[in-house]
Amino acid sequence: MNISYLFLIPLIPLAVFLLLGIFNKKIKPAVSGWIGVAGLVASTLLSFYAAFQYFFVTGKLDGAYQTFTARTVWLNFTDTLHIDLGILIDPISIMMLIVVSTISLMVHIYSRGYMKGDPGYTKFFAFLSLFTFSMYGLVLATNLFQIYIFWELVGVSSFLLIGYYYTKNSAVAAAKKAFIVTRFADFGFLIGILIIGFYTGTWDFETLNNPEGAAIANWASTSFMGLSVLTWALILIFMGGAGKSAMFPLHIWLPDAMEGPTPVSALIHAATMVVAGVYLVARLFPMYYFVEEGYVLNIVAYVGAFSSLFAAIIAITQTDIKRVLAFSTMSQIGYMMMALGVSGFDGHEGVGYMASMFHLFTHAMFKALLFLGAGSVIHAVHSNYLKDMGGLRKHMPITNITFLIAALAIAGVPPLAGFWSKDEILVAAFENSQFLYSIGVLVAGLTAFYMFRLYFGIFWGKETTYAHKPKESPRSMTIPLIILAIFSVVVGFIPFSEYVTADKLGFVAHLNYPLAAIAVFIGLIGIIFAWIFYKKENDLAERFANAFGVFYRWSSNKFYFDELYLFITRKLIFKRISAPIAYFDKKFVDGTMEGIGNKTLVVANKIKGIQSGKVQDYAFGFISGVVVLAIVFIYLWTN
Amino acid sequence: MDILSLFVVLPVLVIIALVFTKGLKQARQIAMTGSIIQLGMAINLLFAYIKEQRITDSIFVFTRDIVWFEELNIHYNIGVDGISVALILLTSIIVLAGVFISWKTYDLPKEFFVSLLVLATGVYGFFISIDLFTMFLFYEIAVIPMYLLIGIWGSGPKEYSAMKLTLMLMGASALLLVGILGIYFNSNADGGSLTFSILEIAQVNIPFEAQKLFFPLTFIGFAVLGALFPFHTWSPDGHASAPTAVSMLHAGVLMKLGGYGVFRVAMFLLPEGALEWSWFFIILSAIGVIYGAFAAIRQTDLKYINAYSSVSHLGLVLFALLMLNKTAWNGAILQSLSHGFMTALFFALIGMIYTRTNTRDITKLGGLLKVIPFISVIYVIAGLASLGLPGFSGFVAEMNIFVGAFQNEDMFHRVVTIISVSAIVVTAVYILRVVGIMLMGPVKNESYLSLPKATWYETTGVLLLLLPIVGIGVAPLWLSDMILKSLQPFLQGVL
Repeated sequence: MNISYLFLIPLIPLAVFLLLGIFNKKIKPAVSGWIGVAGLVASTLLSFYAAFQYFFVTGKLDGAYQTFTARTVWLNFTDTLHIDLGILIDPISIMMLIVVSTISLMVHIYSRGYMKGDPGYTKFFAFLSLFTFSMYGLVLATNLFQIYIFWELVGVSSFLLIGYYYTKNSAVAAAKKAFIVTRFADFGFLIGILIIGFYTGTWDFETLNNPEGAAIANWASTSFMGLSVLTWALILIFMGGAGKSAMFPLHIWLPDAMEGPTPVSALIHAATMVVAGVYLVARLFPMYYFVEEGYVLNIVAYVGAFSSLFAAIIAITQTDIKRVLAFSTMSQIGYMMMALGVSGFDGHEGVGYMASMFHLFTHAMFKALLFLGAGSVIHAVHSNYLKDMGGLRKHMPITNITFLIAALAIAGVPPLAGFWSKDEILVAAFENSQFLYSIGVLVAGLTAFYMFRLYFGIFWGKETTYAHKPKESPRSMTIPLIILAIFSVVVGFIPFSEYVTADKLGFVAHLNYPLAAIAVFIGLIGIIFAWIFYKKENDLAERFANAFGVFYRWSSNKFYFDELYLFITRKLIFKRISAPIAYFDKKFVDGTMEGIGNKTLVVANKIKGIQSGKVQDYAFGFISGVVVLAIVFIYLWTN
Repeated sequence: MDILSLFVVLPVLVIIALVFTKGLKQARQIAMTGSIIQLGMAINLLFAYIKEQRITDSIFVFTRDIVWFEELNIHYNIGVDGISVALILLTSIIVLAGVFISWKTYDLPKEFFVSLLVLATGVYGFFISIDLFTMFLFYEIAVIPMYLLIGIWGSGPKEYSAMKLTLMLMGASALLLVGILGIYFNSNADGGSLTFSILEIAQVNIPFEAQKLFFPLTFIGFAVLGALFPFHTWSPDGHASAPTAVSMLHAGVLMKLGGYGVFRVAMFLLPEGALEWSWFFIILSAIGVIYGAFAAIRQTDLKYINAYSSVSHLGLVLFALLMLNKTAWNGAILQSLSHGFMTALFFALIGMIYTRTNTRDITKLGGLLKVIPFISVIYVIAGLASLGLPGFSGFVAEMNIFVGAFQNEDMFHRVVTIISVSAIVVTAVYILRVVGIMLMGPVKNESYLSLPKATWYETTGVLLLLLPIVGIGVAPLWLSDMILKSLQPFLQGVL
């Protein structure tokens, strides 16, 4: 398979970024929007063409999907270690290409309407292109270091876009928080990369992931504190992934990241960048599976399951609609992590891996749709808060229908996309651990509940009187909604297990009817509760909240994690480390130097009396010197 | 005249020309012309070196050896390798950018540019010397003008800062002189005659006891200029008082003399001493890396922030040199270059902000992105480069350092390496703090709304510095491989 043309996929958005970034002021907003969209259309077409070629024409050899690579050396470290830049084509990278291209294109089109009239319009499209370029580079990476490079670049694009409304203090704080929290996670990631490089002599995915290769075969050769060094490396790499994917306890940046413009939240903080952590674990899955008999996968599974439940509980009480969606994203990514964590490798045992990728794919579609729908609502009512909404179904019919489809999809109602992928995840969990499975089912119910709380709260409920009568968004915004709604219905029917599996051989997945029935039943209960509480305006929800006062407050305050982190950074690091160091530097380190200087001055002042200029003083000194030397010499000579 | 001596002669000619100029216009015209010619020469040298490197195996090329003071065997012995070529290029770019940034020096312009070029002469001479004595001489020529530049054209408590800086650096020079003389008097250990020639001394097995004694003296002597903890305190005060172009040259070029000297003299000539002492200096430099970063978090003066950031970044240079392998060394050289460009760029931008707002206190600034977008955007880019974002030179340098440091397998090296790597987080904190407070947010002061945009000479100076940062960051291979090749002979010396 000739893959060199695939280099164009990332390079086109890069070119667009440079063009729009450098000639920012010279390009008219209307033109820059179209340049951005045109670039993305080209990349999207290439991605779909590549996917078609790979999956249906040239990708398979003897029933297994092959890996194709093209690369060039970018930097040499030692004789064996070097950073390559290149592209790697295998089922998951192709799948990610489709996700990134589709969502990014929809967001580009949508933004032409949403950002209309914004003074930074051109800049916004430049940043979107920068992000898309970086994300392509990340998913196509051939080695760990390349992933790290683009990992940092998506991080900075995210920073720039969260802080897009840079005159708002809250946006600035959110952007900083996102960057620093993920940077902290990347510190672990980088150490993990260094360990892998040192002990295996390569960062190349093909070499690392080969089950018979040296890296996996010799995992037990060096250990540290009872675990293989590679296990430590994989834990640290997962730390990086958990930071990017907002897993507990590194999740605190994601809700605040909603300060960015809504299309950004849809693209970066729902569909693509935040699933990079899942992609990273999937990318190294053979290593995770074979090293130390999958020790790290247990951590992945439990962190994922816990995050999933934790976020779902918080999502129930949030009043800012974007924050509900943010916690929902965290919860669903936790699902994907859990599925990866419980997965096996060969054939049907690898259902978790397949389910995780499948859910990543379907989730990207309906979560992007939810965000874009929320954006459409926010655009109409100029508020993020549920209290300012209600009864919008009459004013915004397209947004209403598409939002409903997305909500049904995420709630796992058949035959929408979320139903299929969620079912596979629950199957994988069920086959591995009853405990994880029950968390999964519980989360499914909570998801349906908070999602329909949101839906009823926005489109039904009380008849709010609006200052400006809300109206449906322009076509540039509704068309992406419609397209994504169609995707949210149909993508579930893709026989994913034949294309994307851990062993790349593919298998035939069957619907597990009892498990599916339970999941759907739980989901429907969630929806019904939401219907009772929120469809008509009533005080049931409030009474309920009062009855569970403590729980409500904890959930509503996100279990006080922000406060905990603020305590650690402000009180401990700034006050107890940084300030003392600054003080220490001024008082002691500099003080010592000053002291030496001042002492010199004092001594100089004292001894300058010796240079009195009186001949008799000098004569006295001279003669005493001679006498002393004479005594010393005589003493030495006689001994 | 050979290709290298020109680097010393040309600034002297420009200085002579400057003496006959009248007023600011003529002076800056001459200084600019001279600096452009120097940059041309440096680029020419780079290409000549790349060509020469292919056909020769010798460590230094374009060598020239003139006996200068026969009784003590002192030579004017010059030559360059890939490392000095790269540093010469760095110097010529920063000098030119410095001239552009000083476009409006109204007080004693002639004298200002003369001092600047004296400093440049010293730096060029230092980088081309391969005779210890000549090297030391040029080192002093580079350091002395600093006193005048800060004392006369500086701001704030300038006399105090100038005095502090000069005294601390002179104190270090005293140690260095003892170290160099120690090397000199041991250079006949294998029976030859006493010599200052670096190449000849490298062949001599200096007795272990002497290495053990003179390594720390030589190391500290150079490393004080490279802001080694705890001898770094001259640098924040010095930078804060210095005029913009002087800060640029000082942090961008002069502080690099420290790392370069440590590598070229202390490590190359006293390898066993280096092995013996490395643990001690590794601890100091690792403390410097973290300590500088944390101290930067609490500063409010832009120049202090940048000065402490330099303590952290240059601590990494010394740290890498002590890791004793070629990957880390490559990282150290790249970090020197990268930090040189970045910090010069930072000081240039700080100077531009200061001339507009009359303050360097970040708590008084805010929302500058809106009012002076060009300067602010470049500041953000410089900040991102400084926190090691891929695509900029800092990333390339830091990754070389970390990968190199990780090649040492024992627990001690592992721990200090991980501590140093953690600086990437702290760096992000202090950089984004400045960006958040000063550039983003609402415009704090009504009067800022009418701040003038960047002028052509400011823009030129800034882009001149940004270009290499991006260039090295995007396509590092040729530079990195050129330096790696030059490191080979040194590696055989140490290991």
